[in-house]
Amino acid sequence: MQKTLKRYFPIFVLPTLIAFSFAFIIPFVMGVYLSFCKFKTITNAQFVGLENYIKIFADKDFVNAFGFTLKFSVVSIITINVFAFILALALTRKIKGTNLFRTVFFMPNLIGGIILGYIWQQMINAVLLKYETTLVANPTYGFWGLIILMNWQMIGYMMIIYVAGLQNVPTDLIEAAEIDGATSLQTLFKVKIPMVMPSITICLFLTVSNSFKLFDQNLALTAGAPSKKTAMLALDIYNTFYGRSGFEGVGQAKAVLFFIVVAVIALGQLVLTRRKEVEQ
Amino acid sequence: MTKKKTSNVIIFCILCVLVVAFLTPIFFVLINSFKGKLFISNNPFALPTAETFAGLTNYVNGIEKTGFFTAFGWSAFITVFSVAAIILFTSMTAYYLTRVKTGVTNVLYYMFVFSMIVPFQMVMFTMSKLANMTHLNNPPGMVLLYLGFGSGLSVFMFCGFIKSIPLDIEEAAMIDGCNPLQTFFGVVMPILKPTAITVAILNAMWIWNDYLLPYLVIGLSTNYKTIPVVVQYLVGSYGAKDLGAMMALLVLSVIPIIVFYLTCQKYIIEGVVAGAVKG
Repeated sequence: MQKTLKRYFPIFVLPTLIAFSFAFIIPFVMGVYLSFCKFKTITNAQFVGLENYIKIFADKDFVNAFGFTLKFSVVSIITINVFAFILALALTRKIKGTNLFRTVFFMPNLIGGIILGYIWQQMINAVLLKYETTLVANPTYGFWGLIILMNWQMIGYMMIIYVAGLQNVPTDLIEAAEIDGATSLQTLFKVKIPMVMPSITICLFLTVSNSFKLFDQNLALTAGAPSKKTAMLALDIYNTFYGRSGFEGVGQAKAVLFFIVVAVIALGQLVLTRRKEVEQ
Repeated sequence: MTKKKTSNVIIFCILCVLVVAFLTPIFFVLINSFKGKLFISNNPFALPTAETFAGLTNYVNGIEKTGFFTAFGWSAFITVFSVAAIILFTSMTAYYLTRVKTGVTNVLYYMFVFSMIVPFQMVMFTMSKLANMTHLNNPPGMVLLYLGFGSGLSVFMFCGFIKSIPLDIEEAAMIDGCNPLQTFFGVVMPILKPTAITVAILNAMWIWNDYLLPYLVIGLSTNYKTIPVVVQYLVGSYGAKDLGAMMALLVLSVIPIIVFYLTCQKYIIEGVVAGAVKG
């Protein structure tokens, strides 16, 4: 069978491969090469070695964006997962209206980042109006605004995954713990959480990569204001490419660095939590 | 037992409060979309009154300023055709990569997997310039690019499922004289349906809401703008803000998503769970 199928390569693989080359392979390879070049358009590149990478570390905006992204990621990953897990516990108690709650909590997840960003920009500005200030007056407002926005968007998604995990915990295991006299907190920490470790792995992975790569919400909510203090890494890279003429090479070098950071964090985290999973 | 009941009542009440909190931003935008644009900033949380009520003026303004319905059309065009192309081509590719074991297929498989962890910013600049040079800066070109970008996750998910299909059925079809195409569409594709729905939903959600790719490749100067692009175009940097039109446009952008969600909710939630578990 393999032999006959093998001859069908042009039909089965080629269309995807062509699209994949245009969207990913060629741009990726060019991107890596161009990060060592000075260029304005991609056809007139001039090799400059590590110059672009050296310039990154002198760039205060990038360092600031890195710090902001890190701070934002830590706070949002913790809040989203804790709230989502609590909601999932509440929704697995067979309370009336569970379906309606689930529908509402999940809904924001489907709305696009740009639209979400502007909805919250208006909401938060309306609240801050009472204190005669605006979202862009202080980077702290932008930070917490982004945290609230991302919680609103992601909690439902993570909750759904935790619900699926919790429903798979065998009931006899929980009953056995109860008969042995475990308190509900002990059941939670000694039985339920170890058993849903695979869900926790997935949710952490999704929230980590999502927070690190966040762009649309950041652009719509504050666009980095005031004075780029609330710009995250993706937005800073975008601004370097399209906001500063002559810095395309630096932008590309930042993008390569960004890719490496994202890859290391995502894979590292995956390896770490996979180790904690219990065999079921 | 009674202790559990009381705590359930308390939890129920807390959840009700949370539901209201979750819906507040949507209602906030909705009520303000019916107010005159000059009244919105006076008292943003008040319901429209006889004085502030503006009827559908904001909606008419918003639609005229941005060509919302054209944008809706292009968003729908790009999403539908991209998802269709992704389902068709990546399932075929995944089938080939799983069933034909050579060095080449192995390398290709790992390239698709690798592309999943690369952030968009890495290829953003080179890809949009390449797309301009090769005249992919139009809706059919966007479909090709989305097929390319979507292929990583989609091939990965299809491969995961195809591995679990026993070879016997396909071999039986082959012995009966089916060529690989007939085998794939007649035997394998029907089994793939649940995975195909998951892949379709994940990609549709992403493509419909995507802002950066259409903005960079197609840009603002053409008539091919999608919904996220027109929202950013109206609200972002262009001239004095018309808050009323903005609120109306936000409501209009959210409506199709909510309609889609409420009609396909079961598939969406199942798809998201399945996608997360496999991804």
